[in-house]
Amino acid sequence: MSRVMVVTSGKGGVGKTTSSASLGAALAQAGQTVVVVDFDVGLRNLDLVMGAERRVVYDLVNVVQGDAKLPQALIRDKRIDTLSLLPASQTRDKDALTEEGVGRVIDDLREKFDWIVCDSPAGIDKGATLAMRFADLAVVVTNPEVSSVRDSDRIIGMLDSKTRRAERGEKLEKHLLLTRYDAARAARGDMMKVEDVLEILAIPLLGIIAESPDVLTASNVGCPITLHNPASAAARAYTEAARRLLGETIAITAPMERRGLMSRLFGRKAVVA
Amino acid sequence: MSVETLALPTILIRGRSVMALVVAPEWPLEEWLAALDQQMRRTAGLFGHRPVVAHLGAAPEGGAGPESVLDALDALAARDLRVIGVDGVDPARLAGTRWARLPTIAQGRETVLQGGPAAAARPQPPPPPSSLLVDRPVRSGQAIVFEHGDVTIIGPVASGAEVIAGGSIHVYGALRGRAIAGVMTGGEARIFCRKMEAELVAVDGLYRMAEHWGPDLHGRAVQIRRDQKTLLLSALI
Repeated sequence: MSRVMVVTSGKGGVGKTTSSASLGAALAQAGQTVVVVDFDVGLRNLDLVMGAERRVVYDLVNVVQGDAKLPQALIRDKRIDTLSLLPASQTRDKDALTEEGVGRVIDDLREKFDWIVCDSPAGIDKGATLAMRFADLAVVVTNPEVSSVRDSDRIIGMLDSKTRRAERGEKLEKHLLLTRYDAARAARGDMMKVEDVLEILAIPLLGIIAESPDVLTASNVGCPITLHNPASAAARAYTEAARRLLGETIAITAPMERRGLMSRLFGRKAVVA
Repeated sequence: MSVETLALPTILIRGRSVMALVVAPEWPLEEWLAALDQQMRRTAGLFGHRPVVAHLGAAPEGGAGPESVLDALDALAARDLRVIGVDGVDPARLAGTRWARLPTIAQGRETVLQGGPAAAARPQPPPPPSSLLVDRPVRSGQAIVFEHGDVTIIGPVASGAEVIAGGSIHVYGALRGRAIAGVMTGGEARIFCRKMEAELVAVDGLYRMAEHWGPDLHGRAVQIRRDQKTLLLSALI
């Protein structure tokens, strides 16, 4: 049975697109057929992060408006053939999407794929509400900082009221993915603790992704980190999160600071430079 | 076009409840009218333009004739009272007079007004409070508004969320947003929470922001009530 999963956050820049690509790739690597749908019409990024920017001919808006057939717009990943991308339009805006059109596309995708990963735009208006509208489950991407946590809380409230499942009184699974977690700052106490975030948001934790240059590198080369650098801590965390989504029980370990103080200081500088 | 249809405007009929003053003349009428005149002189604008319902239950039966009721209504009209209905009288007694078209007001609840026009302008006291139970977290951006009584929340109230209650507010969890109590019941209302991290609390229009209370109450179980003109926050236990 196919599952529609929205990756959302409210706040921008917390790692929705990176997480959509990485979770999508990790699910595909686990043998699932996966499509990642970019809902950020007008500010499309997912094609870059997945390295498909030169292969976009038709997009979500074309399919929603009936100008193109779904197979024409789907881009199959060259590295894993069970992974596909449905890109957003860069030249249109979010008003080009309609609820009926999106519902029709999602229904068509359900027939072809095990997982439909909807990469939500930031914000709480049309693009974000349409991305979550038909979801069966949600991954709420949050950074351990107060602004991100409050925006996530707002989004959780909308997931509980504005999605079709919520309106029908059905259960909508919600999972928290804590990204850009900085073990060094957590140790110093100048970042929110994992338990504080969990206490405020009160939804189950799917995984913790440490802040890492590996993630940035993977995005820059246009390859999900689970494919680009599978041995990295972030890739392992995404792979484990994907396995949890598939029903496995794996204990979550908070990323630990392993380096000494000096190497950490110099390491930071190197990253900034 | 087979059937001629005229583009007539749609008629909307809505209900409206207004506050009417109930005046109950007593007999002998002259004495009562003298008292009324004195009261009206003392309190200018006692009735203002407010609608008046005449309760004529005290009118003597038979003997004094139908004139007694009509006299009373005429006397009220002469004093510029806007009588919109009558109560406590058999409509037959008004038949054939200029008061015959007045509706008989049998519905509605009466309340005793005290003091002058200021008090008269106050809305009716609310019905006994009922309550609302919310058994999931109140998320940022959500507002729970329940004017008819108490609100009980099982779970946290997030930063940026708002709870507005006619009566008291009980939060079995952390209160991080706003809690506004006593919208209807006034100063009697209280706010209780298991963990005080609120942005704003208010009882009956009197509010306090987070900066008004010290760090000693932060994170504790707290009760908030109104005492005269101040809002008292105190730790429970």
